[in-house]
Amino acid sequence: MTKTMDTQNREEKPVLSLRGVNFRYTGKKSSVTALRDISFSVKKGEFLCVLGPSGCGKSTLLRIIAGLLRPTSGEVLMGNLPVEGPSWHRGVVFQAPTLYAWLNVRDNIAFGLKMRKFPQKKIRAITDQFIDLVGLKGFETQKPYELSGGMKQRVSLARALVNQPDIFLMDEPFGALDALTRQNMQALVRKIWDKTGNTFLLITHDVDESLALGTRVMVLSKSPGRILSEFYPDFTRRFLNGSGEKVRYLPEYIELREKILKEIIGQSGTAEDLPAP
Amino acid sequence: MPGHRKTMAEKLLTVGAVAVILALWAAAAAFGWADPKLIPSPQSVWEAFLDILQNGYKNHTLLQHIGASLGRLLAAFLLAAAAAVPLGLASGYNSKIRAVLEPIVEFYRPLPPLAYYTILVLWLGIGNPSKIALLFLACFAPVYVSCVSAVLGINRDFLNCAYAVGASRRQAFFHVVFPACLPGVLTGLRTALGVGYTTLVSAEMVAATSGLGWMVLDASRMLRSDIVFLGIIIMGITGILMDRCLRLLERWLVPWKGKE
Repeated sequence: MTKTMDTQNREEKPVLSLRGVNFRYTGKKSSVTALRDISFSVKKGEFLCVLGPSGCGKSTLLRIIAGLLRPTSGEVLMGNLPVEGPSWHRGVVFQAPTLYAWLNVRDNIAFGLKMRKFPQKKIRAITDQFIDLVGLKGFETQKPYELSGGMKQRVSLARALVNQPDIFLMDEPFGALDALTRQNMQALVRKIWDKTGNTFLLITHDVDESLALGTRVMVLSKSPGRILSEFYPDFTRRFLNGSGEKVRYLPEYIELREKILKEIIGQSGTAEDLPAP
Repeated sequence: MPGHRKTMAEKLLTVGAVAVILALWAAAAAFGWADPKLIPSPQSVWEAFLDILQNGYKNHTLLQHIGASLGRLLAAFLLAAAAAVPLGLASGYNSKIRAVLEPIVEFYRPLPPLAYYTILVLWLGIGNPSKIALLFLACFAPVYVSCVSAVLGINRDFLNCAYAVGASRRQAFFHVVFPACLPGVLTGLRTALGVGYTTLVSAEMVAATSGLGWMVLDASRMLRSDIVFLGIIIMGITGILMDRCLRLLERWLVPWKGKE
């Protein structure tokens, strides 16, 4: 643990908790268990990365938490309240930016506040604040189809941010971006996490991404998805403390990376779904 | 290709193709390749145009004939759009509404309009109401069908995102479903206008005393092929112009079409 972590006052009460969540996809002839007995809780200010090979049900997990899917059994709680459907308390960012082509950047970002009937002035002020935070100043009047992939994802982020949700759910948000843009976006998310003190849950299949961002990494097994193990890296703090991208070459970084990779490869018996070590 | 603008060469090709057809037509008339009763010369069509423009055709001026046709078409088209867009979108959004409406539309859509036109004439007479009712039905189906498929084709995550930032189901319909479906709706409207126009002409050929379709049919009974040609050319040009108007509307309303 670094100094910053200790000085920040984190509440101990979990923001989100899952208890015995199972999920089965039922088809016409057969059904597939996608998630088996998932239980964990997330504390305020945590950055949890859920890491797993493709097809391990991690996107399903995110959709269940978001309230877009109902678990076959088990429960999802936000604070003390069960999740019964999507709500602005849980901001969601998908892999493909689902921006509204008929709205410009500003109106896309302001969409949630408008739906929640905030007064005009307040919408303007909050939207401006987050346009600034995600680095979209000067692009307010552009239409989504005029933006690059990275820019679109910035809009998606800001659109979820303006609601100041209790937790941010991100489903491989940078999976479709090129390597350089992805690194920039990771730095941006890290900055937002640091500045807002918000809670994040990010789904990824990229070990490096989970280590570069997470304060906690949860490894899921190949289908059916179960929690295999958890790690508590602190590299994201070191990125912030000025070490920058050099963190990726630290011996302890490489060691943990190897360990996690082995874990995933070991249980699935194949490395086909993973980036080459 | 979406958003494709014709290049200079393509424009020349279009103009050239039209010019070749006109030249063949003029040559056929000039060299007597065909009976002028069957293929009138361009001059005679032009003269018929000037004549009808000045003296009208059988108690109505040319503009009245065009106006009668377009009036029926537009009235029916607007009524159909006003009914089919909301019903189609609602059917796409709500499977119970769809369960009620879809079988009805599916049943009558493939029927040839003239088959039920006779019944409409019996019910509503040979005046405008039966024609507008016929065109209404002809226009309704394509708009309805394209609205339903537009809603069903919406990316689920468009809606999920709306719900996840605090939109109600009602808000999601007006702020997400409706604009997301606009491109599909407009395509449906364009199809409907085309279908409506062809139906209109057939309707006027069965029972009418004015309109472009009636003018053409009436002239053919008198073997006035010059007027038949003239009527067909006017129908073609007005059809293109109406479609152009809808395309302009489309460019103005859905500038993002094909760019996502």
